[in-house]
Amino acid sequence: MSSPSSTQGAPLASDKRETFSSRKLFILSAIGSAVGLGNIWRFPYVAYENGGGAFLIPYLVAILCAGIPLLFLDYAVGHRYRGSAPLSYRRANRKAEVLGWWQVLICFIIAIYYAAIIAWAAMYCWFSITKAWDKNPDGAGGFFMNDFLKVQDEVTVGFDFVGPVLIPMFAVWLIAIVIMVAGVNKGISRANAIFMPLLIVMFLILVVQSVFLPGAIDGLNTFFTPNFEALKDPSVWAAAFGHIFFSLSVAFGIMVTYSSYMKRKSDLTGSGYVVAFANSSFELLAGIGVFAALGFMAYNANSSVDEVAVSGIGLAFIAFPTIVSQAPLGSVIGVLFFGSLVFAGLTSLISILEVIVAAFQDKLGWRRAPATLSVTIPVALISLALFPTTTGLFLLDTMDAFVNQFGILACALVIVIVLGAGLGMLPKLAKHLNRHSSIKVGTGWKVLVGGVGPAALGYMLINEIQTKMAEQYSGYPAWFNGVFGWGMAGALIVGAVILSLIPWSKKSKLNDPEFHQHKKNVEAEEIPEPAGKEY
Amino acid sequence: MSTLAIVFMIVSMLTIWGGLAVSLIHLSRHPEKTDDDVIEPAHTL
Repeated sequence: MSSPSSTQGAPLASDKRETFSSRKLFILSAIGSAVGLGNIWRFPYVAYENGGGAFLIPYLVAILCAGIPLLFLDYAVGHRYRGSAPLSYRRANRKAEVLGWWQVLICFIIAIYYAAIIAWAAMYCWFSITKAWDKNPDGAGGFFMNDFLKVQDEVTVGFDFVGPVLIPMFAVWLIAIVIMVAGVNKGISRANAIFMPLLIVMFLILVVQSVFLPGAIDGLNTFFTPNFEALKDPSVWAAAFGHIFFSLSVAFGIMVTYSSYMKRKSDLTGSGYVVAFANSSFELLAGIGVFAALGFMAYNANSSVDEVAVSGIGLAFIAFPTIVSQAPLGSVIGVLFFGSLVFAGLTSLISILEVIVAAFQDKLGWRRAPATLSVTIPVALISLALFPTTTGLFLLDTMDAFVNQFGILACALVIVIVLGAGLGMLPKLAKHLNRHSSIKVGTGWKVLVGGVGPAALGYMLINEIQTKMAEQYSGYPAWFNGVFGWGMAGALIVGAVILSLIPWSKKSKLNDPEFHQHKKNVEAEEIPEPAGKEY
Repeated sequence: MSTLAIVFMIVSMLTIWGGLAVSLIHLSRHPEKTDDDVIEPAHTL
C-alpha cells in the first residue's frame, strides 16, 4: 500500500488532518457560518408575518425540537467519521456517500450566487456614501434594477456583463480563495476571528442608531405585537421550522465538515447550544434593527409599517437605501448595514466553499493549496460567467428558490430517514455525542431526529412542491424555471450519483492511517454509561 | 409601544439572549479537554 507521503509529482497530502486550534475558534467559525444574509434580511420579516411577538413560541419550539437536534446529528456524523461530507457518509455506510456529494453540489450552487450578493452589498457600502440612488427618478428600486444591475426585460441567460458588478465579484472571489487556500486555522479560523467581532460591533452600532430614529418605536411595536390567532395556523409553525432549519445551516454538509476539524474530546452538544443561541441572538438583534429602521421609513412616508415591511433583496437593496437617503447620518447607517451584509456573507461563503474543497481534498488526497485552487477557481469562473450579467438576477432568484427547497430540504429529509429509520444509526451517534459532551442526549434526541425531523421536513417539502407546481415561480417562463429550477435540482442528484460512483484511489483520504487511529481511540472511549444515567 | 408588545419584547430578549448567556456559562464550567493520549499515526512515526 502506498503511503500518503509518497509523491510522484502529485501534490499528495502528507500532513495531519487540520483541527481547530481551540473550541472558541470552532464556535466562532460555526456561528460565522450560521449567521448569514438570512439572519439580517429574512428573519425580521418571517417573524413579523407569522405572528409578530407570538412567533417566539413556534420559533423556540423549532429551535429545541428540530434545529438543535439536527445540528447535533451533523456534528456527530462529521466528528465521528472525521471527514468531508462524502467521506463521512461513506465511512458511516458505503451507500450513503451519495448524500455527501449531493450536499457538495448544493453548496456549489449556493456559492456561485452568494458571491454576487456579497459583491452587491460591497458596492452599496460605497453607494451609501454617494447616495447614488438619489439621482434616479424611480428612487432606490429603479436604481437597483436599471442603473446598477441593468436588468434586461427578457427572462433568459445572457452574457452581457455589468462592470460594476463583475469587478467587486472578482474581488470577493479573490478574498474567498485566499482564505480557503490558507486552510482551517490560518484561513477559516483567522477570517472568522476578524470578521465576526467586526460584524457584531458594526451591527450593534447600527441597531442603537436605528432605535433612536423618529418612528422607530412604531416599527418595534409592529414587530413585537403578538397575533395569537397565528398560532392556530399550521403554516406559521412550518415557517418557524423552515426558518430555523435554513438559519442554522443544518444539512448543508457545513457542520459535518466543520465538526470533522474538532478535537476528539470536544464537547459537541455544549458547543452546539452556544452556536444555536448565538445565531438566534443575532437574528433577534437584526429584527430590532430592521424594524426600527422600517418604522422610521414609514414615519417619513406618512404610512404604516405594514406598508413598508419587506424581506430579502427588496429590504436590503430598495428599502434600506431609501432609509439611508432620509435618515440623519444615513451614510453611516448604510455603511454599517451593507458592511454587516458583506461580513456575514463572507463568513458563510467560506463555510459553503469548505464543504466543496474538503470533499475534493479527501477524494483526491491532495494537499490543501492545490486541491483548493483546482476546486475554487472553476467555481469562481462559473460564478463570474453567470451572475454579473444583465440576466444574473433572474438566475439567482430561481436557483436560490429551488436549491433551498429541492436541494437542501429534500437532502435533509433523505438524510434523517436514511440515518434514522434506514440504517438505524441514531443509537450509535447518540453514544458518540455522549462520550465527551456536557449535555447528554438520549431517547428524546432519537425521537426528535428520527420522528419529528422527517415529519416536519416532509410536511415542508410537500407544501413547497405544491406551491411551486401551482404557478410559475416569479412569473418566469416555464422553460427557464424548468431548466434552472427543476432541472438544476434534478441534475444535483444525478451529479451526486456519478461522483459517488467514482472509486476512491489508494491515495485518497479513505485510506488515511490517521483515521484508523482516531477510530480506535473513539471506540476505546465508548464505555457503557453507569447504570441509572440516561442512555 | 403597547404594553403587550413591550412584554413580548422583554420575554424574547430574556429567552433568546438569556439562552445564549446560560449556554455560554454552562460551556465555561466544562473546560476544554485535550487529546493528550493521541497516538501518532503509523506513517509519521
